[in-house]
Amino acid sequence: MLDYVKLPILGLIAVGAAIAANYGLDLAYKIHAIIIMLVAGGLFLWQLRRTGEPAVPVPAGEYMDGPVKAAAIATVFWGVTGFLVGVWIAFQLAFPALNFEWAQPYLNFGRLRPLHTSAVIFAFGGNALIAATFYIGQRTCAVRMWGGNLSWFVFWGYQLFIVLAATGYLLGATQSLEYAEPEWYVDLWLTIVWVAFLAVYLGTILTRKEPHIYVANWFLLSFIVTVAMLHLVNNMAVPVSIWGSRSVQVMSGVQSAMTQWWYGHNAVGFFLTAGFLGMMYYFVPKQAERPVYSYKLSIIHFWALIFLYIWAGPHHLHYTALPDWASTLGMVFSVVLWMPSWGGMINGLMTLQGAWDKLRTDPILRMMVTSLAFYGMSTFEGPMMSIRAVNSLSHYTDWTIGHVHSGALGWNGLVTFGMLYYLFPKLWNRKALYSIRAVSWHFWLATIGIVLYASSMWVTGIMEGLMWREVDAQGFLVNSFADTVDAKLPMYVVRGLGGVMFLSGALIMAWNLWMTVRKGEAIADTHSAVPAE
Amino acid sequence: MQDYTFLRELSGSIGTVFLVLSFFGFVLFAFRPGSRRIHEDSAEIPFRHDDKPAPDLSVSAARTEEASQ
Repeated sequence: MLDYVKLPILGLIAVGAAIAANYGLDLAYKIHAIIIMLVAGGLFLWQLRRTGEPAVPVPAGEYMDGPVKAAAIATVFWGVTGFLVGVWIAFQLAFPALNFEWAQPYLNFGRLRPLHTSAVIFAFGGNALIAATFYIGQRTCAVRMWGGNLSWFVFWGYQLFIVLAATGYLLGATQSLEYAEPEWYVDLWLTIVWVAFLAVYLGTILTRKEPHIYVANWFLLSFIVTVAMLHLVNNMAVPVSIWGSRSVQVMSGVQSAMTQWWYGHNAVGFFLTAGFLGMMYYFVPKQAERPVYSYKLSIIHFWALIFLYIWAGPHHLHYTALPDWASTLGMVFSVVLWMPSWGGMINGLMTLQGAWDKLRTDPILRMMVTSLAFYGMSTFEGPMMSIRAVNSLSHYTDWTIGHVHSGALGWNGLVTFGMLYYLFPKLWNRKALYSIRAVSWHFWLATIGIVLYASSMWVTGIMEGLMWREVDAQGFLVNSFADTVDAKLPMYVVRGLGGVMFLSGALIMAWNLWMTVRKGEAIADTHSAVPAE
Repeated sequence: MQDYTFLRELSGSIGTVFLVLSFFGFVLFAFRPGSRRIHEDSAEIPFRHDDKPAPDLSVSAARTEEASQ
């Protein structure tokens, strides 16, 4: 029955998108309308060929791993893409001639930069979180994923969101909110996908056969719920026309700035921290083959993180029109946040208690442990930078970029690589990875790359901050802005090289995972012989 | 605007106290007597049902009861 409802809906969307492509007021909107028309039209044909076919019975005694596999592959793909764009824009900063004249305005730094941030955070990180959520949710609830093919809708709907966002940036459709650049119709689409994501996950938890909800699920659920709230509030906008991509923000001035950084910092807190901690609380114990060090600590870690993180945003707005009390509040909460962050890091690291020897032989575990070390490092650096006096030196400098990357590459990147190395053999039923040596290569390339990146950004950031505030005996500023730009060149080249190393590590991983699936030795299928539990 | 004023006053007074108290409540609850056995059992969840969903609720429910005894 549902098939007969889907057909007219898909047909209407395709026709509506064709009309929108015709009436479209700007290039990005027109191209998006064409993309939507092609997707809806293609789905219409696909659906038409299957309608009326006898339904395939659902294997209730098995986990639904199709969407997990798809999201794991997408993680690798978007990861490599996002790192590549990152390396490219790093060299654009070092050598401005790489902003080619013939590619203006599409491939200049200003348009590629949001493409890079969204590709790594939302495409790479987002797909990693979808894979983790679907995988961990099923295993720890001991039940097949709820909602049938709804999880496929979540996966493909999210990829469509990524494509619309990325093409929009290149074509100039942006609402100029950092990490929330996509325009109104892309935001609406993401809302629909996210509600489906929440439904799938809540449905799985509500139908669980394990009485207790494992702590990883708490983190993952808080990630989904909070990101939904942040997305809705920060993207309140009125479209100029339904035939165009432009929109006007509902809030303005300091209210808009505060909402933006409430969003921005909690995107870090709940997307890049809570979500990835959920991953950590499952995959670190699995890879170490030991339960988490202290389950009590994980509960306190969860509640402390949830209660504190939401207040930390104003530290992005020191010395602005934001009232002092508000930025002080953000600063104090950021400093207090240090405690749950380190509690979580210690809990993860101590999980290896009695199994530290595994670090010598298992590069995957080494990757996870290093990612926890980077988590600890950047959650120490962050609170420190949020202190007003430190911020007066660090703000608007490359130190901030270095901090973000030690967190994003070190913590999010390495823990995701660890998860992928765990998941691929597991999902494709292989005995082991194709090459453990290649994992070691990846580990060292990535780690040295991050160290080069972070240290060069510390040097250039602090140098830049000191140059900006340097005054002579008469009280005049000594340096012009261009002087600082000139002084930064060597560090920018080092940063770019760090990026090249990180990218080549990811390429080695992509090759290794591909070979694991293609050539890896399969585990003999014992499922049919073993009676049900 | 009155709604805003009301909510702002609420969040600045009882709201804050309520959140702080509930946080300490959660922490104390984690330390309640007898929680150790339950937590030890919960920490083992990732090591069950790795390949297949649980057959039905009664099996794992029985195990938890065993563990909490």
